Amino acid sequence: MSIFTKIKGLFTKESAGVTPQPAPVKAAASSKKNENIIEIKGITKVFDGVTVLDNLNLGIKRGQFVTLLGPSGCGKTTLLRLIAGFETPTEGEIFIEGVPITNIPPYKRPVNTVFQKYALFPHLNVFKNVAFGLKLKTVKDKNAKNGERKFTKEEIAQKVNRALKLVGLEDYGHRDVNSLSGGQQQRVAIARAIVCEPKVLLLDEPLGALDLKMRKEMQIELKKMHENLGITFIFVTHDQEEALTMSDVVVVLNDGSIQQIDRPKKIYDEPKNAFVADFIGESNIFSGVMEKDYVVSFLGKSLRCVDKGFEKNEKVDVVIRPEDIKIVDGAGTGHFDGEVLTTVFKGTYYEMIVLANNYEFTVQSQAEFRPGRIVSLEIVPDSIHIMKKILTINKYLGKVTGDGYVTFCDGEFEIPTDGFETGDEVVVYVPFDAVELTDDEEDGVIGAAVTQSLYKGTYYQVQVYTDTDEDFYIDTADEWDMDDRVGVKIDGAKVRLEKYDPEKDEEVAE
Amino acid sequence: MTKKGKVFRPTAFAFPYLAVTLVFVIIPLILVLVYAVRGADGGFTFDNFRLVFTEKETLRQLGQTIAIAAQSTAICLLIAYPVAYILASQPFNKMAILALLFVIPMWINFMLRIFALQSLLSMIGVGKSYGAAVIGMVYDFFPYMLLPIYTVLSNMDKSYVEASRDLGANPVQTFFKVTLPLSVPGVVSGISMMFMPIFSSYAITKMMGDMNTTVIGAKIASLFENQNYGSYGYGSALSFVLLVLVLVVMLIGNALTRRTQKAPKGGKA
Repeated sequence: MSIFTKIKGLFTKESAGVTPQPAPVKAAASSKKNENIIEIKGITKVFDGVTVLDNLNLGIKRGQFVTLLGPSGCGKTTLLRLIAGFETPTEGEIFIEGVPITNIPPYKRPVNTVFQKYALFPHLNVFKNVAFGLKLKTVKDKNAKNGERKFTKEEIAQKVNRALKLVGLEDYGHRDVNSLSGGQQQRVAIARAIVCEPKVLLLDEPLGALDLKMRKEMQIELKKMHENLGITFIFVTHDQEEALTMSDVVVVLNDGSIQQIDRPKKIYDEPKNAFVADFIGESNIFSGVMEKDYVVSFLGKSLRCVDKGFEKNEKVDVVIRPEDIKIVDGAGTGHFDGEVLTTVFKGTYYEMIVLANNYEFTVQSQAEFRPGRIVSLEIVPDSIHIMKKILTINKYLGKVTGDGYVTFCDGEFEIPTDGFETGDEVVVYVPFDAVELTDDEEDGVIGAAVTQSLYKGTYYQVQVYTDTDEDFYIDTADEWDMDDRVGVKIDGAKVRLEKYDPEKDEEVAE
Repeated sequence: MTKKGKVFRPTAFAFPYLAVTLVFVIIPLILVLVYAVRGADGGFTFDNFRLVFTEKETLRQLGQTIAIAAQSTAICLLIAYPVAYILASQPFNKMAILALLFVIPMWINFMLRIFALQSLLSMIGVGKSYGAAVIGMVYDFFPYMLLPIYTVLSNMDKSYVEASRDLGANPVQTFFKVTLPLSVPGVVSGISMMFMPIFSSYAITKMMGDMNTTVIGAKIASLFENQNYGSYGYGSALSFVLLVLVLVVMLIGNALTRRTQKAPKGGKA
């Protein structure tokens, strides 16, 4: 679309003399390219006792297109709203250009937002919507009283029309915002925000309401706008493809904390943990053991890999992308032999599920193998990604409430208490395989909601969240649906108890 | 669905309503009009209307009715809007019971309320007067003014306010540039729910007002209470003029609402 070639003019080619406006943003941007324009330090946000963001630190470089990516409820929108000023952090400080802004109201912050549902003012037409911010702005002018004045009508008209031109809606100024299509409303919302010449543009899932084709178009348009305006974009989305396509830097969030900050390619190629691997693109995730440097074993096989620096026999997560697996006809040539279960044509490749060593591999290939075919899967060392396991055991603070009974997470569990007295405070170590989930909440000792279910090769790793704000990780053969209510039971024989030592176990007490 | 003869038509549900409307609204209106243009001799005449616009006392009462309705409505609006605004904002918006408290008096018979108010006012030394009548109106119609404004404000998408603040408007600017214009439909419906009934009500002025505080509703009532058949025609003509006035006010209100309230839609691609 040719409109983008005109974008550059918006801020830079101001006809001299007519509009005394601040120095062109682009020039300013390039001069301090490597400086962090936004600095987020130790931000915690608690809503009604629920921690949405947990001690989060993030620096955003000037001029970058940064995407906050994560599933719904991960805290990405809250983070954006904290930057915009609609929420105040429970703890921590936010800086823009080194100035703390935590207590500055939104209307004084040098940022503008494109809202999820656009929030165009229904009582104003397109022109007046875009002009809204300009009418409130003051500009420096030596000739004016106090050295400041408002924009004149002509200046506003000029700027609004240029912004509308930039989003391809030059003839729509007089139109009623409700008479516009979703895509057009979206463009008005963008024009309304950038016409104010913010230092940072915040975009809160702005493409979510558009259909697929429109979304793809807007992705490209936004990317070009970003390049031409030279200002920092912070973009919130739950769509991993959108994040990878558009951003310079992707920040993956989950459960209120940052999982990984990296360039899109690195996020995809080198996910830091199983969550990122699972969330970004398709992956095969296995539980494995590092036998020694450059050798990992999973599904009963030892394979060469390119990672080192783990402890001997350290438990790790192994990730292999479906397109990295080479699939060949007949058994015996590769590392795993298996049978094709399903084949789906995906436009440019076939996606096949192959059952090998009791694991359902997802494999993508240009070649088609029909279901029932015996194939061999070959995995080169370079395509094996090793990640540290985040947690290897559940740890809770509990109390011995009777012979053979320990109470923690608001539930009394049957656990052998040899060597402990009633009333002792203990740290309870519950291995992932010692927990059993029940369909009926009533059948468990305590109730919880399923928050994550990751397939790890031969089993699922399920995460549940109890009513006492604790997480349980469970290794189970069954897949559990997100948000389902379940009961939690524990096999007491597998649980280990340790005397609680406030000095040593500070972490658990929290 | 498509079988002939058994087509389900939702419009069928409207028939009972139409019948009720016909019997209790349309026909009485026609009767009012018929009485209004019927002379004492039973022939067609505009005398009744002529009388409405020439009799000094009637015009004075009409003027006072408009004044009392306008004043009460204005005072009520000035009180109700801030109350509605506070009730619809944090943290009160989570306590629906608060709004209910303002509405509960509606459940009590209004004559009882007015009696109570009158006793209270006389206790503090406010006797029957024009002012007392206005207070009575404001008190009686307060919930009707509060509720529509409260509903509009509490249903308003808070992202409009956020967008306004985001674009540089401080809280006061945001209120006058966004919140107030977007709440006009509630204000208009509050005004029409108050202004129009006051036009025809006379019980409150009768009980709270002094001898000089007489409204057109009282005049009409007295005309109909009078067994003299001739007054029916005059009363009907007066009622009809009132009806037209109310209709004009309503049309103005609707026009205002239409201009300001256009609920944002998904849009047509």
